[in-house]
Amino acid sequence: MVYFLIFISAIFVNNIVLSQFLGICPFLGVSKKIDTALGMSAAVAFVLVLATVVTYLLQMLLVAWGIEFLQTILFILIIAALVQMIEIVLKKISPSLYQALGVFLPLITTNCCILGVAILVANGTEKLPMGAEHGMLTGTLFAFATALGFGLALVLFAGMREQLALNKVPKAMQGTPIALLTAGLLAMAFMGFSGVV
Amino acid sequence: MNENLKTLTNGILKENPTFALVLGMCPTLATTTSAINGMSMGLATLFVLVCSNVVISLLKNLIPDKVRIPAFIVVIATFVTMVQLVMQAYLPAIYEVLGLFIPLIVVNCIVLGRAEAFAAKNTVGLSALDGLGMGLGFTLSLTVIGAIRELLGSGAIFGMHIFPDYYAMLIFVLAPGAFIALAYLMAAVNKLQKK
Repeated sequence: MVYFLIFISAIFVNNIVLSQFLGICPFLGVSKKIDTALGMSAAVAFVLVLATVVTYLLQMLLVAWGIEFLQTILFILIIAALVQMIEIVLKKISPSLYQALGVFLPLITTNCCILGVAILVANGTEKLPMGAEHGMLTGTLFAFATALGFGLALVLFAGMREQLALNKVPKAMQGTPIALLTAGLLAMAFMGFSGVV
Repeated sequence: MNENLKTLTNGILKENPTFALVLGMCPTLATTTSAINGMSMGLATLFVLVCSNVVISLLKNLIPDKVRIPAFIVVIATFVTMVQLVMQAYLPAIYEVLGLFIPLIVVNCIVLGRAEAFAAKNTVGLSALDGLGMGLGFTLSLTVIGAIRELLGSGAIFGMHIFPDYYAMLIFVLAPGAFIALAYLMAAVNKLQKK
């Protein structure tokens, strides 16, 4: 039950994009079409879960050696190396998957939701529902649920922007402002979930 | 002299990171719940921008082209860690509020963007000015957005009450208000620039 609540909490109540403000750049950048939004979400889910597991283990080493202050530098390097490795492995093992995710992978290193979630889970400060204990399993589930939440927000938003492109928008509002306004309304809708978990 | 001034003002007005380049949206939306929070985030980014621009510009001939991005990231992460430790020690209250977004300066597109687009090609002096200009532009926009959200959301600017807070619209301090306030501000800036 608790594991189910982690999903509800991370997808709806504390949505990574719409209430935590992480990963806004891809949210605004690759949300013009539903297809690209789905590709980006899949790539993020893949990297986010792997990165969280690896950085969680690394954090144990950092604590054991008493060098927690190196966290930021090491985490970003690990994530960059991991993304590069995933790219090489995918190219070899599954060219079709590489075709689908390939363009998005290099963008993911500087996606702040990856580093953000990795730091949150490593420090044990992620938002978990009542009764869930911090640990490797809950951390990994949290990362996966967060990625699903990111995907949901991105795909919903892409659907809205596809419709929006057909409408007439005042000149000053065209482009980013109207996208931000739409995101604001979407965030307001997600606020309705607050207090559920 | 003229070129120096142009580099400095470029980041503040013509290529303002928030309103013209639309970079670094995560901290812009997340940390502007009040004017002082926005300003602190801006200043932290400004420090990292100036220092990383100077160091990268000094090292630009030593770093091989193929590994320049990882090298830039290490330089940036070093300064971010410094900011993090200093804020933790001397400004614990603000560090608590900004929290996660301090280490996330590493992945702020403005910092890496200026390193790649400017510092890797220009002299140390100009790079420092560019970092200063961009940082000031970022700080200015964050402070303005923070002030507007604070005024609408809690009836105060920099903690000074302008009108009683029962008239305030709480939504502007919460997540949706960040998107909506920035949307209208950006539209206003677009309108002014067209004229």
